[in-house]
Amino acid sequence: MSLAQARSNRVGDARGEATQHDETMPYVANTTDDQRAMLDAIGLESLDELFEAIPEELRLKRPLAIPPALSEMELTAHLTALAGKNASAGEKVCFLGGGSYDHFIPAIVDHVAARGEFYTSYTPYQPEASQGNLQVFFEYQTLITQLTGMDVSNASLYDGGSAAAEAVLMAVTTTKRHGRVVTANSVHPEYREILATYLANLGIELVTVGTPEGTVSPAELAAQINGDTACVLVQHPNFFGCLEEVDALAAAAHDAGALLVVAVDPISLGLLKRPGDYGADIVVAEGQSLGSPMSFGGPYLGIMACREQHVRRMPGRIAGETVDRRGKRCFVLTLQTREQHIRREKATSNICTNQGLFALRAAVYLAAMGPVGIRQTAELCLRKARYASGRLTADTSLVPAFSRPTFKEFVVRCPHGNVEAALERASESGYLAGVPLSRWYDDLADCFLVAVTERRTQDEIDGLAACLKELTCSNA
Amino acid sequence: MRNARATQLLFELARPGRRSAQLPACDVPEVPLDDLLPAEALSPAPPPLPELSEPELVRHFTNLSTQNMSVDTHFYPLGSCTMKYNPKRNERLASLPGMIDLHPYQPSATLQGLLELLDGLQQMLAEIAGLPAVSLQPAAGAQGELTSLLIAAAHFRTLGQKRTKVLTPDSAHGTNPASAAMAGFDTVQVKSTPAGFVEMEDLAAKLDDSVAVFMITNPNTLGMFDRQIGEIAKRVHDLGGLLYLDGANMNAILGITRPGDFGADMMHFNPHKTFSGPHGGGGPGAGPIAVSEALAPYLPVPVIVRDGDRYELEYDRPQSIGRVRSFFGNVGVLVRSYCYLRTHGPEGLRRVSENAVLNANYLLSKVKHIFPVPQGDRCMHEFVASGARLKSDRGVSAMDVAKRLLDYGFHAPTVYFPPIVREAMMIEPTETETKETLDAFAETLFRITEEPPDLLCEAPHTTSISRPDEVRAARQPVMSWRAE
Repeated sequence: MSLAQARSNRVGDARGEATQHDETMPYVANTTDDQRAMLDAIGLESLDELFEAIPEELRLKRPLAIPPALSEMELTAHLTALAGKNASAGEKVCFLGGGSYDHFIPAIVDHVAARGEFYTSYTPYQPEASQGNLQVFFEYQTLITQLTGMDVSNASLYDGGSAAAEAVLMAVTTTKRHGRVVTANSVHPEYREILATYLANLGIELVTVGTPEGTVSPAELAAQINGDTACVLVQHPNFFGCLEEVDALAAAAHDAGALLVVAVDPISLGLLKRPGDYGADIVVAEGQSLGSPMSFGGPYLGIMACREQHVRRMPGRIAGETVDRRGKRCFVLTLQTREQHIRREKATSNICTNQGLFALRAAVYLAAMGPVGIRQTAELCLRKARYASGRLTADTSLVPAFSRPTFKEFVVRCPHGNVEAALERASESGYLAGVPLSRWYDDLADCFLVAVTERRTQDEIDGLAACLKELTCSNA
Repeated sequence: MRNARATQLLFELARPGRRSAQLPACDVPEVPLDDLLPAEALSPAPPPLPELSEPELVRHFTNLSTQNMSVDTHFYPLGSCTMKYNPKRNERLASLPGMIDLHPYQPSATLQGLLELLDGLQQMLAEIAGLPAVSLQPAAGAQGELTSLLIAAAHFRTLGQKRTKVLTPDSAHGTNPASAAMAGFDTVQVKSTPAGFVEMEDLAAKLDDSVAVFMITNPNTLGMFDRQIGEIAKRVHDLGGLLYLDGANMNAILGITRPGDFGADMMHFNPHKTFSGPHGGGGPGAGPIAVSEALAPYLPVPVIVRDGDRYELEYDRPQSIGRVRSFFGNVGVLVRSYCYLRTHGPEGLRRVSENAVLNANYLLSKVKHIFPVPQGDRCMHEFVASGARLKSDRGVSAMDVAKRLLDYGFHAPTVYFPPIVREAMMIEPTETETKETLDAFAETLFRITEEPPDLLCEAPHTTSISRPDEVRAARQPVMSWRAE
């Protein structure tokens, strides 16, 4: 019998009129004496009587069939063993992207986010007891407006994908056009899947414009926008890493009275023109790049910013500045009449919990980067990615899938052999070489997406090129 | 110790030329930027972010943190939010590089440990729910609600039934009707009895074959278990509808009763509440759902499938509603939930609920002598006291009491929810608090009722700010700092 089983059995044996206190309940303070005293105060004999309201026939008459309790040491050993069955991005060289990136996280981000006063607090419903969080949200919102060039940011949504869907719903209510939404094949396929799920029962048509050249043609996009189109959703740089012709796309949307919703890579804004400067009406982004670990896809940070005139349609919490009774500057959650706890079915969204701790991480990251650091990070990504695409296409049989300018990602075609098999073998050689596109794109089934962040070195890129040279050529 | 000097914003502290981040030199050949990108795509200048040194940043954010109340520092009886202790071992283990430094598109061969963990979590959640099929994808409870309602819509589409309505009790969380609207349903409110139970006559009047789902929170938002649940489920099912359980209050019934056993067809969990994931100042949470066998085909993709010893992510599920979130969901939160469940085991989990309910009833037995608790002498994991008498007798509102509690070092209860109780104060102590803390809280509540109304209406007096002007914040919204 294992220690855990022995302990579990002992606990089971000890269950009587009042529950015993022992080491398997590390987070419950009540001792047997406490429980007795409390039951006496309530006027009950046993813990079971607390549950009289639950009809006998609905009670579970057996212990839950879940594994027995583990002590902290046993749990640590167990989790360490499970973690050992994964290969972390630190063990392999990570060239994976597609919305989640291996960017550098300065130590101060982890340090600040580990403060118990931040991570064990909750939504600042009592502003006097939450000025820390509220000021952080206000600062985060300001940093996001500085980064995007937009007027207003909310205090975060779940992730980039659901933020994009929320932005589209916001555009629908803002424009009162319930007929159609136009997007492009170059928008992250998962974001489009989320959007399709969100729109499934709302009677809004989702039109997706093809992108055979890697970017969407403004003319083809314009042709799909009709008088009942709420918005255009594009991504820039797009899922393939290519830069879209955003000025022309904005004009196409606005000429037809539709809004431009753009999903951006926040790191790219160290270098690229800001969405506020090319006419975006709502900006969304996956904020993971701003100081959050990849964490197998979450928790992440849904960034959303918009023009001031649309703010009352914006979902999610917003911190606002005001003064207290003594005239001192302070911060509160504001425009709450947009939200579900006040407006119920008429709210702008059902969102309640957001990603406060990850907004904090992004705020610390952006403040630590500053204008110079974000610019340098973006430049390093761009230069290294271009170097990598040059090496990969020069040294191996891989060819560029598109000719458009790219930022930190690019798509290569593998004319000879099986992409999945090559990527699997690259992984065995220590390189997470890219994301295969076959899951989403039939016409790109022989392609994969490579991402290069500022963390990748020339040596690692050369190593990837050498590894892929061997694999893609020997596959031929 | 709170630093009274620390009130400036990042942007006011910044000075041009200060630096915190330090990046390596470029190790690949430097090509002029103009050769890499078209000029019209580039910004003439980097974004105007603030410039600060690292020591300034650390002091700034550390000082801000001390202006928060938190579970680590204060009793936080915020009803409906289950502000229990957040175990430190979970933080450490969820941050192991082999758990956190994983890309969502890594080959599954490099993720076997994590997929095993997530599969194990799914099985435990299914067992706790009494419902066989689980999706871990939704990012929060509200998204779990939306996902489930989309599943219901898909289910009825498959059956060829046009059902346009979702029923919610008038005591429901605001997310319920908001989720129903987002899923394309019309919401119809069902009345509650004074004790917060579903008014069966009103339910009968509103239930017909146009109703897709009845969303119920049980224990309800008054902290009461609705004994009629079996009958409610039967009536909903008899007309072909589905019963949804809002699992916000699962902390009361772990291992004691299971939603699937009392008739729910689908439900969500709030791991940041029930399973101790830290609330993070407003998230992240997670909102895994559990559904019946009949609804399993509609779950979002991907799902984890086990093939012998290997775990894979399966995307090819033709009846799936699709996705509600990118990648796999809030995995970091789910790893903490797994740690929590493995720490407790079956007996420990039951004792969580026993002690949560014991603490709530104990506190109720003390508070009822100070503030009436309209629902009666018993509750599950939380209860709702009414400040209506204090308001009419002395002009002191529930909000005044809430604010004054802050002065005594207690976070306030949830106030003015649920809407069916006047001057509501919703108190949830959780199982992780000591009897002494509960005693002190009750004594403080009593002491507050004896204090002069003027003092209370001006409270709090000791926090870093006094009461903010929320009307001004909404009328003249200032949502970001701007350089003057």
